[in-house]
Amino acid sequence: MQVEIDEPRCVAAGHCVVAAPEVFDQRDDDGVVVLLDANPPDDEHEHVREAALLCPAAAIIVRDRGGAP
Amino acid sequence: MPEPKVLPIAARAAGCPFDPAAGLYEIQKEDALPRVKVPSPLLGEFDAVAITRYEDAKSALSDDRLQMGFVFDPDQPRTMLNQPGNLLNYNGADHSRLRRMLTGTFTIKRVRSLRPMIEGIVEARLAALEEAGQGADLVTVFSTPIPTQVICELLGVPYEDRDDFQRRAKVGLDVNTTFEEQIQNLKDMDAYMSTLVAAHREEPGDNLLGGVVRDFGAELSDDELVGIGNMLLIAGHETTASMLSASAALLLENPDQLAIMRDEPEAVDGAIEELLRYIAPATIMPRQAAEDFCLRDGEVIKQGERVVVSILVANRDPNSSDRDLDVLDVRRPPQPHVTFGYGAHQCLGQQLARMELRVALPALFNRFPGLRLLDQDQKIDYRTTALVFGVNKLPVAW
Repeated sequence: MQVEIDEPRCVAAGHCVVAAPEVFDQRDDDGVVVLLDANPPDDEHEHVREAALLCPAAAIIVRDRGGAP
Repeated sequence: MPEPKVLPIAARAAGCPFDPAAGLYEIQKEDALPRVKVPSPLLGEFDAVAITRYEDAKSALSDDRLQMGFVFDPDQPRTMLNQPGNLLNYNGADHSRLRRMLTGTFTIKRVRSLRPMIEGIVEARLAALEEAGQGADLVTVFSTPIPTQVICELLGVPYEDRDDFQRRAKVGLDVNTTFEEQIQNLKDMDAYMSTLVAAHREEPGDNLLGGVVRDFGAELSDDELVGIGNMLLIAGHETTASMLSASAALLLENPDQLAIMRDEPEAVDGAIEELLRYIAPATIMPRQAAEDFCLRDGEVIKQGERVVVSILVANRDPNSSDRDLDVLDVRRPPQPHVTFGYGAHQCLGQQLARMELRVALPALFNRFPGLRLLDQDQKIDYRTTALVFGVNKLPVAW
């Protein structure tokens, strides 16, 4: 899994940090998402998908390796 | 196109104030997006496209072509909803710029660090409830002061000013006041907020407003800072107070659900999410189209048309879950909802609101395990027609 962030879109709602704290953090000064791990391990995939689903700004882009969605 | 029918899109089912009106479920099933007439205390009756499905609600609320702030009018009297600094009056880059000045305060980390402060406030209100004795009104003694005191902490309102500040906040949210009373109250509110801004300009406090003045004071006028303060007061106040009151009322009517909130700490976060979905205190969210576009295939929304999203019924859309969303089930896995909106305007203070609810509700039911309505046969006085759903009074005994 490859995770990308569209930073200008981020509205700092914080859902990603709650859903996948190992993968996402927030900058202290403006709450904008910080990507901790662009290639999260398998056991994080479900959390990352949830983060992407909950993100109100669609700022998290998830790509699966090998083409499977 | 058929003539638009009058449909109070905020309407609730007769006798079931937590449920959407049957008419909302009917239009949810329709293939075409219906035009409805929306009665509004602010705007009179207006025509709007009704959005009632969950996926449509998400699309509409995150679409830049649908804009906020159509109640804003510089030619009208300055009110809390009609002034600079209020995020609800901005769109696009202007909105993002202003919002980014505030978001640092509402990160998960910062909100978690506020927990001890919130716990202290909740403890004090529980003691006040005990002192007020049997028959105390939960709305007055518990639900309303908690978010007010939290926002006082965030804005840096000195302790000696709190009573006056809270009184003005209460008047500002009282739907039974006249327009003239509101205008006068807003003037008083603005005057107080100006002194607060001036104090922070002199010496920025270690709080939200102080931080904004310290970091962005050079970019913001005093007028904008006053507006930011007022917006935070209103946005962070009434909805959370309503959620606390309505959650307590709903749980008192559902003792099995209440017991889970009281006895299962690990269930609290999910239970709060379910209450947020089910209650949806900000019942509707209006927008206006900046250009022609299609929301669904072949469904054109014209430039200038108003769109009203019914959060209440979108959160119950049967197509968005395989579970019965009309049932309150605090133990179910959290169902996605649009209670805080969606898109760039999604509620700035939502994590703070969650924290207040997570601290206050279990504490209330643990401190008073026998909490009940004072008069079990009395109908609860729900506020079903206001823009923000709530409870007017909730006399309790224990």
